Amino acid sequence: MAQALGYLKETASQTAGPYVHIGLAPGAAGFQTFAQELGRIIAPEGVPGERIRVEGLVLDGLGAPVKDALLEVWQADANGIYPHPEDPRVAEVASGFRGWGRVITDFDTGFWSFDTIRPGPTPGRAGKRQAPHISFWLVSRGINIGLNTRMYFPQDQALHATDPVLTSVEHPVRRQTMIATRTAPATYRFDIRLQGDGETVFIDV
Amino acid sequence: MTPAEFHQRDRSLHPPAHVPAYKTSVTRSPRLPLLTIRQTASEITGPTFGHGDIGALDNDLTLNFAQGGMPVGERMVLHGRVLDENARPVPNTLVEIWQANASGRYRHRKDAYLGALDPNFGGCGRTLTDENGRYHFRTIKPGPYPWPNHVNAWRPRHIHVSVFGTAFSQRLITQLYFEGDPLIPLCTIVQGIPDPSAIERLIAVLDMNASVPMDLLAYRFDIVLRGRRSTMFENRLEGN
Ligand SMILES: [Fe+3]
Repeated sequence: MAQALGYLKETASQTAGPYVHIGLAPGAAGFQTFAQELGRIIAPEGVPGERIRVEGLVLDGLGAPVKDALLEVWQADANGIYPHPEDPRVAEVASGFRGWGRVITDFDTGFWSFDTIRPGPTPGRAGKRQAPHISFWLVSRGINIGLNTRMYFPQDQALHATDPVLTSVEHPVRRQTMIATRTAPATYRFDIRLQGDGETVFIDV
Repeated sequence: MTPAEFHQRDRSLHPPAHVPAYKTSVTRSPRLPLLTIRQTASEITGPTFGHGDIGALDNDLTLNFAQGGMPVGERMVLHGRVLDENARPVPNTLVEIWQANASGRYRHRKDAYLGALDPNFGGCGRTLTDENGRYHFRTIKPGPYPWPNHVNAWRPRHIHVSVFGTAFSQRLITQLYFEGDPLIPLCTIVQGIPDPSAIERLIAVLDMNASVPMDLLAYRFDIVLRGRRSTMFENRLEGN
């Protein structure tokens, strides 16, 4: 036997199950415990940037909406700054900008939506620039480990051509699964397909 | 300069997306390979939380929904540390839990199990780890409950746990189980984890030293999130 490396092993994931709302969105489960639920406000009024709504469905392999999912999003402000101590420009992040949101899919329709501002481009590796995007993380009953993807904006085609994540998708047709559709001047539709035709590109972050 | 990346996730420690015996996973599992990327600021940063986000009773499930009485069941402390793969504590990170009551019943509009609702028990809690990565909750030991995956399918007693870490790529939801529960080897959801040692690490252990005499038994559950690469031999990044 050789020496032991001594790293700890990551705790295994388990499904969030059908009652994820109790812990993470108790109001939706049907009761109130906490003074405030977290993740409701991504960018409070007054934060600079174009105000947008993002909405959609999560669809399973049969094309049916998933009605018990929970989504979290993470994004930069309009200048591409993350409200996090390791962003080198954090001192200039928009005041009050939270960057993180949590929504559930509707119990009857499966529809989800959130209001935010459009993020700016962010730095990538090696001096490259990333096109504006919102990072998604999704859990539900039947999902054994949270799924990560990104949503890009349809009007940023020129930036998409050099975006390090989009360009690493081998088949260009699949890149479209990460690009939202504009359905109204400030409304974007982003359906997530878990499986089958048009399966969303999920990222091993 | 891009901050240091996190170690690649060892997927052999996690249940795969598609576990045929766990029927709901069949239509909710991606079938195409995950996209491999190098982490950027989008993955290396993540939301931060502070004491202004949570209330004083949020980590005490024996009190945070009580309507003038105490919940029924075995009173317990749940405590442990949040660490990373490099064995460093993760301070000031949000830990959220939810669970069934002592009858195995969830306070949820979709749970219609026969087990009784407890008027004094909500079943959710949250806290921030301290500077050493420690967290603790007071709660009631949850009961096992049946579920419709197959006839006579029962979940072992468990508490659902959600943790953030400091980066969006560390985000994790899991479930903890209890030492000695004979339902653990029978559970489709637990047994979807291919590595037996990874299952063992989901089992909380009775901790008499942390129990409170005449009040609560304690169980200890440590959580390990992904750790970061050392930057000492990082390739020089062009343009930085
Ligand atoms: Fe459960």
